[in-house]
Parts: sequence; C-alpha cells; structure tokens
Amino acid sequence: MSLLVKKVLGIGTAVIVVGVLIGLYVASWATSFPETVAASGSATTTGVSTRLTLQTVAAVGAKYSPAHPDWVSYLVQSHGKWLHSTDYKVPANSDVQITVLQYDGDSGLRNPFLSQVQGTVGATETIDGKTVNAINPEEASHTFAVPEMGILVPLPGVAEEAKNQCEFAPCTMAEAHRTITFTIHTGKKGRYHWQCFVPCAAGFLTGGGGPMQTLGYMDGYLEVV
Amino acid sequence: MAEPNHARRFTVLWVVASLIATPLVIVLLGPILPPGNGSQQASGHVTDNTVLLAMATPVLLLVVIYLIYAIIVFRQPKGGVLEGPAVRGNQRLQTWWIVVTSILVVSLAVYGTVRLEEDGAGSGGGPSPVVVPSGKKLKVQVIAQQWEFTYRFPEYGGVEVPHLELPVNQMVELHVTSLDVIHSFWAYQLGVKADANPNVDNVVYVKPTHEQTFEVRCAELCGIWHGAMFDHGHVVSQEAFNTWIAEQQTKYTAATKALPPYSKTYLPEPTRRAE
Repeated sequence: MSLLVKKVLGIGTAVIVVGVLIGLYVASWATSFPETVAASGSATTTGVSTRLTLQTVAAVGAKYSPAHPDWVSYLVQSHGKWLHSTDYKVPANSDVQITVLQYDGDSGLRNPFLSQVQGTVGATETIDGKTVNAINPEEASHTFAVPEMGILVPLPGVAEEAKNQCEFAPCTMAEAHRTITFTIHTGKKGRYHWQCFVPCAAGFLTGGGGPMQTLGYMDGYLEVV
Repeated sequence: MAEPNHARRFTVLWVVASLIATPLVIVLLGPILPPGNGSQQASGHVTDNTVLLAMATPVLLLVVIYLIYAIIVFRQPKGGVLEGPAVRGNQRLQTWWIVVTSILVVSLAVYGTVRLEEDGAGSGGGPSPVVVPSGKKLKVQVIAQQWEFTYRFPEYGGVEVPHLELPVNQMVELHVTSLDVIHSFWAYQLGVKADANPNVDNVVYVKPTHEQTFEVRCAELCGIWHGAMFDHGHVVSQEAFNTWIAEQQTKYTAATKALPPYSKTYLPEPTRRAE
C-alpha cells in the first residue's frame, strides 16, 4: 500500500469518526427533553382531583443544573421529591389544581396587562390564602401562562426584606415563600407550551435569554392526555 | 437549402406565445394569487402580483422558447462534429436588451412607488408615514412581546386585549411596537406586515373589506417560542365589534387599571434583572 493511499485512508477514517461523534452529540442534544412529570390524582367525593405542585426558585443550584446553577427555574413535585422538569402531563377535560411555591423576589412585568389572572376557574388565584383577580404588576416575579389555552397567572415575588430567603433549590417550606393556588380546566388533548412572561433571566439582554429560552427552566409543555 | 431567418421565426413564435399566455395568466392565475382579497391593501397586493406576473410572462417565454428553439434547430447533426461560428457580439441586440429590461425595471419601480403612495400597501410606514388615508380611522396599538401579541384600543378607554377583532369596512390605523426584541406583525389575509421594534411606533393602515377570520403570526425570528406567536383574528360587523369591545372593557377592567397611559411606545420597564 502506497503512502498516499495510507494517508487518504487515515484522513478518511478520522473524518468519519469525527463526523459520527458530532452526529451523536447533535442527536443527543436534539432529543434531550426534560422528563415528563404526571400530575398526581386522588379520589374525592366529587370524582378524581388532579394536583400539580410547582416551585419557582431564583437559582436552580448545581444539584439540578450543574451547567447553569444560577439560572432561575421551575421545579415540579413528584412522589414527594422535587424534580427539575417543566414538562407536565395532565388529563384532558378536567380540573387541575396547581400550587406554586414561589421563592423568588419580584422583577415586575414589562407589560402590566399581564397582571390580571386569565383563564383559570373563576378567573382568580389565591395568594397566601387571599383570593384575587390581579396583582400589582411591579410585584410580579413570574407568570404561569399557557397562551394557547388562554391561561395566565401572575405570581408575586417574595419581599426583598423577607428573612430566611432561599438561595438554591430545592427550597423548603421553612424558607420565605408565597403560596399561590389556582385551578385550570383542561380542554381537548394536545401539547401546549407554557411560559413565563416576566423578564426574569438575570444578566441576559432584556431579561429574555438563558432560562427564558431553554426548556426545563422558565418554559415547557403541558401535555394534555 | 438556404438558412431560414431564425430571428424572424423566433420572434413570431415568442410574440404569438406571449399574446396567448399573458392574458391567460392574468385571467386564470390573477384571481388566485396571494394574499387574497381580505382587505383593500390585500387586494392591492393581488393586483401588484398580477402585474408582476403579466410582465414576467413574456420574459420567461423569451428564455424558454429560445432554449427549446436552440435545442431543436441548432442541435448537433448526427455524426458531425462541427464548431459553431464564433460569436463576436451583437451591439444592436445588446442595446435593445439593455433598453427593454431598463424600461421594465424602471416601470415597475414607478408603479411600485405609486401603489405604495396610494394607501401604504399594508406595510409599516414608520412613526410618520408619508401617506395617511383620509377619513375616520380606528386606532389600534399592536404590542409585541416574547411571545405574544396584545392589542390596545386607545379610543375605548385604553383597554388591552390578547386577541384582535376589527370592524369590517373601517380604515384601521395600526401602531406596531415591541416591548423587548424585534418582532414583526403579520396579518396574512389582510395583507399587513410591519416590523415591531422596541421604542418605535410603526404605523400601518388596513381596511378589511369583508367579515372573515385571518391569521396573525410573527415574521421575525424572536426566540424559543417565536413559532407560538400565532393567533386568529376576526373581522366582524360594526355592531358585533361594538359588543365585543364593550365585553373586553368589562373583562379586563383590572388589567386596564394597571396599564400606563396610552403611549406610542413604552420604555420596556422594569429591566431590573436584565443587562
């Protein structure tokens, strides 16, 4: 075998190996989605009640996101444990009670129109036991919004001067937080995107980059099945 | 056998084909050209597209017929390997080509400018459009944000709504702006497309001509949920619009109270966490 043929074969093999590795990396990245977490159901006198418990944190921490420990994020509770996912499965044509334990401070809404609760049962939310139909837009920390379903729930932030603030997820009930509950009625089956409308991505241009642009942090899917 | 006059034969073929094809294109294709007749501006686009197609048809035929003619008439004879005569250029042909194409392009430029000056052609004219249609106009502000369009009606208490309804046969003055990054408001069936830039008031006029449902989407890649900036708007009768806007004023009372006074643009505050 001549030197030229050996060189060609060597370069060809190297190109193929590198190409396969790049292909595997891209395929892995393109098919990497947050784990889908099903809302929990429990029998009640009026039927089956579906509940989804979420937590919003200012910094997700290295335990859940070694690559971006300081990114703001949602977490979801499953079987008593907090998971880093924003892909939730809920039943179709059902009431789903959602509880958000909100540990983050306020950022304020860029568009105050989004301070009014929309699309929930009764068009209200309950914040720390008080039922309201809107919040002060300046006090908004995040929103839970499913535009295709017409759902928008503004989430107020923890007061700046509050003691015992949570630094990294998972945050505990002992740390300063707001408890927000609301009920949505799911319609037909489908995959609906949900998102935060508060520009809460610290350090990014207009607050809209990083966690606002990455599945698993401030946006995800509501899988209605 | 004497060589036929190819120029004359080709010209006759081309002229005949153009005389047949151009009216057919206008009559058969014209009415189905996008974006349809959802508004005065959209109908204008259909007319423009028809004019462009009618002017392009003879040019296309010139190229295609010449290609086919050359393949048939100037093909290599069987068994013969002949070099064609050297072509040294044809000043008359080149002059005609430049003159005719220049006339075509300049005519289209003049036509486009005149059409644009008639009613803005559904495109954004910036904060001070050169052409302002006369008569009563309904003012609607289109507010883009990642990732939703909302609409504000300053003449109805400044109410803001998440879906768009417009009255039929009413000139609408859209003020398109953004609260964050660059978006583009595209109401396809209405023939409207206008950039939505932060701190810019981009004015566009549209007059829907019949009741319909139209698509609204963002036409500027604006982030992860760019594709989700999609909605359906409705053109309804004036009575239905009056009822709808009154309902919206009631429904969004709380949100309206929280809104700042109507302004052509909004400084996207707060940006406490952003750079």
